[in-house]
Amino acid sequence: MKLEKKEIKSEAMQQLERMTGEEVRDCYQCGNCSGGCPVSFEMEIAPSQVIRFLQLGKLEEVMRANTMWVCVGCLQCYSRCPKSVSAAKLLEGLRQMVLRKGENHKEIEDLPFPFLKNAPQQAIVSGFRKFVS
Amino acid sequence: MKIPYYPGCTLSTTAKPFDTSARAAAVALGFEMEELKQWNCCGAGFPLTPDNIIGLTAPTKVLANARKEGDTVTTLCSVCYNVLKRTNKVVRDDKEKRRIITDFIEEEYDGSLDVLHFFEVLRDKVGFDKVKAAVKRPLTGIKAGAYYGCMLLRPFEDMGIDNCEAPTVFEDLLEAIGCEPVDFPDKIECCGAHMAMGREDIVEKLSGNVMQSAVGRGAEVIVTSCPLCQYNLEKSQPAMAAGTAGYRPVPIVYFTQLLGYALGQDETTLGFESNAMDVRPLLKEKGV
Repeated sequence: MKLEKKEIKSEAMQQLERMTGEEVRDCYQCGNCSGGCPVSFEMEIAPSQVIRFLQLGKLEEVMRANTMWVCVGCLQCYSRCPKSVSAAKLLEGLRQMVLRKGENHKEIEDLPFPFLKNAPQQAIVSGFRKFVS
Repeated sequence: MKIPYYPGCTLSTTAKPFDTSARAAAVALGFEMEELKQWNCCGAGFPLTPDNIIGLTAPTKVLANARKEGDTVTTLCSVCYNVLKRTNKVVRDDKEKRRIITDFIEEEYDGSLDVLHFFEVLRDKVGFDKVKAAVKRPLTGIKAGAYYGCMLLRPFEDMGIDNCEAPTVFEDLLEAIGCEPVDFPDKIECCGAHMAMGREDIVEKLSGNVMQSAVGRGAEVIVTSCPLCQYNLEKSQPAMAAGTAGYRPVPIVYFTQLLGYALGQDETTLGFESNAMDVRPLLKEKGV
């Protein structure tokens, strides 16, 4: 694989690091985040692999995967990272890049009525924060 | 002692028993939870990207209102606690962000509040010894699984309520009211949180892991401090029971419901009837 500096430090990568305050180069790929992640079974790319792709500037690969939308934000990845890199924060940054363009991941009108009627307000507010622009 | 109290959106509606049982428990322990005169939703999630200042305005507004009523604010919901405590830290430590937020909400607030979870009030202001002494109906013989979830503990450097990998505050309280706390490996794992919005399969898997872990260690009841955890665990239980041989469903209750019962409160404040699975048969079976 040939890596280009302009890809590793692309505009989008700089934006992501600016938004999150994270430095992807700090990660040395120990895999603790993926090991502790309760949702990694469902992710197309595990959290440590997300960071590896980002280190290589392959942001589009990560954007195509479902990972950022199934991250529950429980911060287990960060709390166990020996280098204090937050995969959760990077994934939130990627979600924000989509949502800030005004693209919803979920449409409110598609939510089933029984859920809206019975779920705690907290579930709805927090879901909106994660999925709706 | 009066403590300014922020209930948050869910404790005023679907998790009403969490609110009423805690207020009554406070009275039984000699203090009063004084609801803030004015409050709004905290946003139900601390914005993880530090550049998202708009997400800090709602919780700062809550803090600014609370500051008018004292130097402490307490809350019960793990998520409200997480959001308020972390926002408070940002406002206190980051003067530039504080200035921007102040401009938005048109209120001055400097981060000088002490944001406490109800657990901290009981542990540090009242004392578990005093809680123990006030118990009228000790829950002897009840094996209870204390489920922390994520938001009460992480990130450790911001929350600091207890050790983030091996916390004990929850178990210590359960012990004070006579329960036999059951330690289980998944007590700090996530329940599935906001995935309740459309990915029930993920919630079922994550909540299922938590319940299997607790029940597998002998828990007869699972105790929570978060309305979303309570909802997810309860909702996933039928699927869990149907899909796992030998799994016996257990009640999922708020810690203040058991606390209130132990303190001898009237059942109208406890709201046991609103839980999907009633804990009263278990209490009766154990003779407490």
